Amino acid sequence: MPGTLTDDIEIIEAGHGRGGGVPAGGDDDGGDGGSGLPAIPRRAYFTAMQLGLAGIVMFFMALTSSFLVRKGLGTDWVAIALPPVLWFNSLVLLVSSATIQAAGRRLEAGDAQSFRYWWGLTIALGLLFLSGQVIAWRQLAAQGVFLSSNPDSSFFYLLTAAHGLHLAGGILALLYVAFRPWRRSRITQATAAALAGIYWHFMDGLWLFLLALLYLGR
Amino acid sequence: MVAHDSGGGGHQHHPPSGFIRKWIFSVDHKVIGIQYYFLALFSVFLGMGLSVLMRIHLVWPNAQLPSWLWPGGGQMTSEEYLALMTMHGSIMVFMVLTTAPQSGFGNFILPIQIGAADMAFPVLNMLSFWVTFLSLMVLGAAFFVEGGPPISGWTAYPPLSALGEIAGPGQGAGQTLWVVGVGIFCIAALLGALNFITTTLDLRAKGMTLSRMPLTVWAWLITAILSLLSFGVLLAACILLLLDRTAGTSFFIPGGLVLTDTPVTDHKGGSPLLWQHLFWFFGHPEVYIAILPGMGVASHILSTFARKPVFGYKAMVAAMSSIGFLGFMVWGHHMFMSGLSPYSAFAFSLLTMAIGVPSAIKTFNWLGTLWGGKIQFNTSMLFALGFVSLFVTGGLSGLFLAQPSIDLYMHDTYFVVAHFHLIMGVAAIFGIFTASYFWFPKMFGRMLNETIGKIHFWITFAGVYAIFMPMHFLGLAGHPRRYADTTGVNYLGPLDEVHYFITIAALITIAAQFLFVINFFYSLKAGQKASENPWNATTLEWSVASPPPFDNFGGQEPVVYRGAYEYGVPDAADDYVPQHLAPAKAGKAH
Repeated sequence: MPGTLTDDIEIIEAGHGRGGGVPAGGDDDGGDGGSGLPAIPRRAYFTAMQLGLAGIVMFFMALTSSFLVRKGLGTDWVAIALPPVLWFNSLVLLVSSATIQAAGRRLEAGDAQSFRYWWGLTIALGLLFLSGQVIAWRQLAAQGVFLSSNPDSSFFYLLTAAHGLHLAGGILALLYVAFRPWRRSRITQATAAALAGIYWHFMDGLWLFLLALLYLGR
Repeated sequence: MVAHDSGGGGHQHHPPSGFIRKWIFSVDHKVIGIQYYFLALFSVFLGMGLSVLMRIHLVWPNAQLPSWLWPGGGQMTSEEYLALMTMHGSIMVFMVLTTAPQSGFGNFILPIQIGAADMAFPVLNMLSFWVTFLSLMVLGAAFFVEGGPPISGWTAYPPLSALGEIAGPGQGAGQTLWVVGVGIFCIAALLGALNFITTTLDLRAKGMTLSRMPLTVWAWLITAILSLLSFGVLLAACILLLLDRTAGTSFFIPGGLVLTDTPVTDHKGGSPLLWQHLFWFFGHPEVYIAILPGMGVASHILSTFARKPVFGYKAMVAAMSSIGFLGFMVWGHHMFMSGLSPYSAFAFSLLTMAIGVPSAIKTFNWLGTLWGGKIQFNTSMLFALGFVSLFVTGGLSGLFLAQPSIDLYMHDTYFVVAHFHLIMGVAAIFGIFTASYFWFPKMFGRMLNETIGKIHFWITFAGVYAIFMPMHFLGLAGHPRRYADTTGVNYLGPLDEVHYFITIAALITIAAQFLFVINFFYSLKAGQKASENPWNATTLEWSVASPPPFDNFGGQEPVVYRGAYEYGVPDAADDYVPQHLAPAKAGKAH
């Protein structure tokens, strides 16, 4: 952790105070039309996002080490056959990373209509992924493989559900970015979209990691 | 970047006018800090009440308790004793030691000390508090369900915690509420940690470089980093435990268990040790989450009332950072008796003893700060000195327990109870008290009564030593902990007198805590009005009114010109130079 601190020190020293960075805030109209909250620098949102992801990493690392430890113990581990639909789901999620990137670029270019198209497509792909995950669950259940069947199936349901919940949170965030009236906010829609993009890519990467764990580790 | 982004530097924010927005669902970090403080104050008295009942039971196990003291009246069963013990530990650790030093004082003081108008995310901050409150409600609900609270202790080791009602009273609904409540607490702690770190990194006023931050801010920052990295692991563990309890999985429940002649057939292959690894990976950093803010506050207050700069400021920061860092690598020392490989035990033992080095640096620097100072012995300073004393006493026994060969004997005896109560419980509580006496004037605009404060200090200081020192001897004599009743155990018979002494000391010490409550609420109403800077202190919170206005600095951004501990400055107009004082005004020294 001292390493983390040192990195942060450099970031801070580089853009100290309000003068250096671009301060955020919807207070430019001078009245109470803003959020009613004190302005904070734009970079604070990115710091918070990175910290949030660090917390999420720890959560999933705890589950990952539990997976590995639990597999190393006992004789009741039965490797389950992963439903093939997972490969399609993964592809959907990968494509959604590309579409959210495209959407962010459109927004920065000021092309609101095109942004809405790509953003909406990302939301649709996210929902398609979640539906695909539910289909995978139903296929396993149809084979008689349930949460409590054996440790591998327990971890399969748990990890996919935990990831799915985080991704569902991401979809809510995308909807929020799309529909919130940004005039009364401390940040712009572009900043919010950039933050949502970071989260979305992370969820994509996290899924690939979990898939590798479930596939290679079973 | 985008045209809409523009500075809001000099804009003043107006406080909300309604009672609910102002005091209940407030987004003001100061109100939220006070809310956390009161939540902890309520919890600490609840936890203390439980410990009184436990102490009474240990000395008079067959006593017929009156119904005003014990619901329904009559004799306490051993299971009820264990339920009290579980709730005492859980409430004290989560709702007091994690909540008051960090979320309470940190929330109120940190933004002002770094020159910010509020936390980075005020709405998230409000949410953290209310999620914590929900967690307390869920945890507390365990008292009111059938079977009562769980009996598995605050560490909730499976299989006891995982098997449900069959494992004992309280292991049904009570234990489920415990797991859910603690899980909810994890979420609150994570949200709070994220806010603390972001605020400290990105919202500091101009000139408030990292090396000018008060040590309190450093301590809150490092504590928040520990929270961020550890509570997610506890949350994962709680989810696994909940699934074992309710969904039939076998993460922690091994096969071949037989409970009161009934074989447990629907589980196999799980590992109770896995829970212990996950729990203590959180649990050890949690110890530092409880104590680090106290270290920061003690450093801060020793310097203020010795009228001297902190001795070795950078070494203090480095020591706190390395304590935090090492804190993640020593969880195994809680598991020497759990079937850990002797090789890992050796590694955990070495790393644990390595923590002695930064701890010794801190103690040395505290003494260095006091050395040759013009010490003012007010109540806050007395509690800070008490903190140092307890930190040393409690820390030294840690060096014994860190060695597997000694821990084999000491583990699960009262020696351990003495150790962790002194270092984690009482030292952290002294940190809370020293902070309370120091910042009460800033938080509420009035001074606490010094005479009552000093009486409170001396009874408490003597009291906690009277309670916990003899427990070392109980442990050395082989007295196991967590036992409700040792009647008829011959070798423990001669120790009854020691238990009696401890219980009397506990009753007196706990009674003395009402002095604090009386002082608190009396001073809140009728205490002497506090000036802006009653302690002649240097940090930014003393540059604003007591209590501070809604947006702390009236919409202006303070500028910081110097470090946090310029006390006893030669040639200065006063013996201290506040951080916000421009060089031209600071006297000949600049």
